[in-house]
Amino acid sequence: MATLTISGLHKRFGTVEVLRGIDLEARTGEFVALVGPSGCGKSTLLAMIAGLESVSEGEIRIDGRLVNSVAPKDRDIAMVFQSYALYPTMTARQNMTFGMESRGVPKAEQEAAIKRVAALLQIEPLLNRKPGQLSGGQRQRVAMGRALVRDPKLFLFDEPLSNLDAKLRVDMRTEIKKLHLRVGKTTIYVTHDQIEAMTLASRIAVMHQGSIQQFDEPQVVYDHPANIFVAGFMGSPSMNFIPGELTKVDGHPAVAIALAGGETAMLPLPQPPQSRPANGKVVLGVRPEHLFRYDPNLKSQKAGLAMLTAPVEVVEPTGAETHAVLKVGEREIVGRFDPDGAPRLGELLPLGIDMAHACLFDPDTQALIRQGSA
Amino acid sequence: MSNALSGIEALRKSAPGRDALSAWTPRLVIAPGAIASLVYVFGFTLWTLYISMSNSTMLPTYRFIGLKPYFDLWSNHRWQIAYGNLFYFSAFYVVLTLAVGLALAIAIDQRVRGEAIWRTIFLYPLAISFVVTGTVWSWLYSPDAGIEYFVRGLGWHDFTFRLTTNRNTAIYAIIATGIWQASGFAMALFLAGLRSVDPDLVKAAQIDGASPARIYRKVILPLIAPIFVAVAVVLLQFAIKTFDLVVALTQGGPGIATTFPANYVYDLMFQRGEMAVGAAAAIMMLLALAVVLAPYALWTGWRSRQAAARG
Repeated sequence: MATLTISGLHKRFGTVEVLRGIDLEARTGEFVALVGPSGCGKSTLLAMIAGLESVSEGEIRIDGRLVNSVAPKDRDIAMVFQSYALYPTMTARQNMTFGMESRGVPKAEQEAAIKRVAALLQIEPLLNRKPGQLSGGQRQRVAMGRALVRDPKLFLFDEPLSNLDAKLRVDMRTEIKKLHLRVGKTTIYVTHDQIEAMTLASRIAVMHQGSIQQFDEPQVVYDHPANIFVAGFMGSPSMNFIPGELTKVDGHPAVAIALAGGETAMLPLPQPPQSRPANGKVVLGVRPEHLFRYDPNLKSQKAGLAMLTAPVEVVEPTGAETHAVLKVGEREIVGRFDPDGAPRLGELLPLGIDMAHACLFDPDTQALIRQGSA
Repeated sequence: MSNALSGIEALRKSAPGRDALSAWTPRLVIAPGAIASLVYVFGFTLWTLYISMSNSTMLPTYRFIGLKPYFDLWSNHRWQIAYGNLFYFSAFYVVLTLAVGLALAIAIDQRVRGEAIWRTIFLYPLAISFVVTGTVWSWLYSPDAGIEYFVRGLGWHDFTFRLTTNRNTAIYAIIATGIWQASGFAMALFLAGLRSVDPDLVKAAQIDGASPARIYRKVILPLIAPIFVAVAVVLLQFAIKTFDLVVALTQGGPGIATTFPANYVYDLMFQRGEMAVGAAAAIMMLLALAVVLAPYALWTGWRSRQAAARG
């Protein structure tokens, strides 16, 4: 059981700064996902935790011990690589025992560890095969097995599922979650897939351009994204952003947005914003699932319901739900609808917006404007 | 629909020659090379085999006398030395070239500064012909002009370095020169192999707690084992064909100490007019090559079948 504490971490390659002041901590048994687009520095951060990259500035502590200049093998970590990095000339068993042999673990202990892990991952029949004779999912298991035989303080995963096909990826995701529940090791998991991050992590660190944009529980990150980047990155289809202006209708706060033909729509806010950008300009963020076909009966049930009409440009049925691209002013926004009563192509849709779940952002700082009292 | 189909049908019928042409083109292109290699390689190999069992002397004659030239050959002391030299030289030359080449490749693989320059320096000897290599090194080994002369000029008047003038050490001079020339070639292939190894494997091994030596021994070198075999085979057939290097460096001397089979064949065939025995010696060289190459061919065949079976 172990904790990971990172403070003020910087990484520079020459004059290029790829990590700019990372603060991160993982509590004992926690599953932390580092998520972000490619080039955001998440893999570099993981490599630094593993000791494969040097630290330019800042501190990395495992269980309180400063490990900045400790060699990878002495950090008591195990890592699963994107490419699996199984030794091709060795059998699955040799792959798993290689680390223990390097450390001089007695043979009997090695056997016991292999037995335990092989049973856990159900890879007993594969132990005498070489990686070339294994399928992608089997290699993935062996790679996890190699990490598990060590019983390390910290588990590091570097995009372990991105080389698998879509179906297998979902299965393995569940496997990893089960495994973590059973083993309970502190885990750092790098991914570019926000769904993996949402489903697996106890906390998510969203990274962009070398810094952490938000570090919080998955639902908090999803419901209250710290800024426009996080809001757009988490969720699929992405959150819709509509430029608007803060105003008041009958003394209640509202957002005015421009529609086609010079009209404006007034969208009432159920709770007043805590701060107000200087010129009153805001960006309204609405998730696709908070758009629906307007029905007057709903008005009484939902607080903060706004309504406008929008022409339907594209309809994309996915089976479980139907995505529709709608035109609001100059913008196209995407909504998720129930297939029953989904918008039809060319229809002028009476569009309901659940303003209670909408977010407001400051267009200059890109940061979330909190709503509500307090 | 049926109109269009019958149109295509008609087109096909109108050009019956086109199919035949496309079938014959690859054969026509290959033919000159195939014929040349059939005549010059296989034809003359068989011819040499026949001559080696004839009573030819100055000029080829075709009276079959069986294996007598082979007995003559093997009773000749100079041939025994030559064939012995071949094995001695091949073993040292191949093993040491592999070792030096690998050491250079591993050294350069440590991301040294000016890597391209080092690579070029070590590769250059391969671009120099054996004759030039032999001549230059014969000067370096020469007591009157080479290393000994230079070091004595620096003040060490007792310094002696005379590999080529001693019948017991002259073979090492040839081995050393051969290694100097070929290790860059081995290095280039090994380096390409080392660079093709997935860097994640090395990282994984580091996390697994393996020392750098263990990472090379257990992870990296087994991966590039096929390159070892390929380089060794190429070096071995260099070794068996060794001729001009010896001619330029020691002329087979001192005495007959550094005679090689190829020198011996040349001597018998073109200097002494003993064509049958010379041909027999050439056949023995072919045999030595076959001993090396046949297992290699079988091994590569086995490997590709393994790979195909695995999919």
